[in-house]
Amino acid sequence: MSHEHVSNTKRIWFVFGLLSVVTTIEVILGIQKPEFLHMTNFLGMNLLNWIFIILTIYKAYYIVWAFMHMEGETPALRRAVVWTVIFLILYLVFILLTEGHYVFGVFRDATIKWNF
Amino acid sequence: MGSTVTTANTVGKTWDGGNEPLGASYGKLMMWFFIVSDALTFSGFLAAYGFSRFKFIETWPLADEVFTHFPFAHGVAAPMYYVALMTFILIFSSVTMVLAVDAGHQMKQGKVAFYMFLTIIGGLIFVGSQAWEWKNFIHGEYGAIETKGGSLLQFVDATGKRVALEEFADTSIPKEREQLTRGKAKWFMEEGSLPTYSVEQIQAGFKSHPDLLVRIETINSAETVANTKGLNENPALNSPKHKLILSRAESEKRLADATIVVEGANLQRNEYGSKLFADFFFFITGFHGFHVFSGVLINIIIFINVLLGTYEKRRTYEMVEKVGLYWHFVDLVWVFVFTFFYLV
Repeated sequence: MSHEHVSNTKRIWFVFGLLSVVTTIEVILGIQKPEFLHMTNFLGMNLLNWIFIILTIYKAYYIVWAFMHMEGETPALRRAVVWTVIFLILYLVFILLTEGHYVFGVFRDATIKWNF
Repeated sequence: MGSTVTTANTVGKTWDGGNEPLGASYGKLMMWFFIVSDALTFSGFLAAYGFSRFKFIETWPLADEVFTHFPFAHGVAAPMYYVALMTFILIFSSVTMVLAVDAGHQMKQGKVAFYMFLTIIGGLIFVGSQAWEWKNFIHGEYGAIETKGGSLLQFVDATGKRVALEEFADTSIPKEREQLTRGKAKWFMEEGSLPTYSVEQIQAGFKSHPDLLVRIETINSAETVANTKGLNENPALNSPKHKLILSRAESEKRLADATIVVEGANLQRNEYGSKLFADFFFFITGFHGFHVFSGVLINIIIFINVLLGTYEKRRTYEMVEKVGLYWHFVDLVWVFVFTFFYLV
């Protein structure tokens, strides 16, 4: 916690630049969809999607740490918020995506046609 | 920074009460509580979206074919540009918000007010952009046909380019019935608007345009082609990870099963593909838009208080910090919505 309130303007503009650059990269990749990334699968998802998700988490980190000033909070508050959210979201996403994939298999292999 | 309010010296008083392990004021802690619970709400929505998408992974609409509009650029396919612009607007309003917080730390009333004002403008532009996005989404562009089995048929020409219903519908055939309105019946009798064309008009128009082909929802890949054996797809037009285009004979066969003409999107069906796609789009971007809207309202309240000098009298601008936390959270959610709806 910074008791002396020095101006953080420089850091704010730096983070803004960073977020803009990352967003621009995402948009360029999303429009061009380079073949070697889009067609290469890694752990059930193509590389392009992995890049998008990693860049998103990178942006989220900077928004929370710099803009929401998480870097200035006590470690206890930081962990209470971040660890809780990350654990619960990973848990939820894992369960729902696994289940969704399973239901997909059921539909695909069933003898009944669902959508024709 | 909670330190602006909590001043108690806590050293060596671990068990004597008055200890503040989180070093944050009550108001800020409660904002963090809210943000954590709201974050879990949004991740619930996005995870549900992921569930449905994994469930229909082979037929889910492709985002860059759906969101292709840009203001003043009619008929130009501009995937992603508009939503990228919206993202920049929101990030920028986040920056002005954090600049307002920063100015608050230095007790500069005028600067705080100025940056709060910019933040409010940015928020309003974002909500307006979202409304425009919704308008295009609801209105649709090409139109499609729903079959008896609930799948969606879209139309392309011989080169694989999308064709709108109005370009080939045979309007010489009378529509099966008129729109029911109050004026033509009893005062309590009305119905939702009918599609511009009837199924018969589309079928006849398709017959008289021999170069037209049907495009189905299934995404082209080695697997889907293997799974849909016997499907006579069109090898010349189909490329990987695009929707499958059928041969003319197969197209006619599919079109014979047509039941409903679909134009644009509503909560029941949409011309883009999976019915759930529009539901999730409306629900998640709508819920986010509602957050932006209420954020703008709260910002306006705080802005007025800044102008009135409320926080000068309190000798602290912590209120700006708290509303700032909320505003950044809304931005944070958008970063994820952007990725999972438009990019992935």
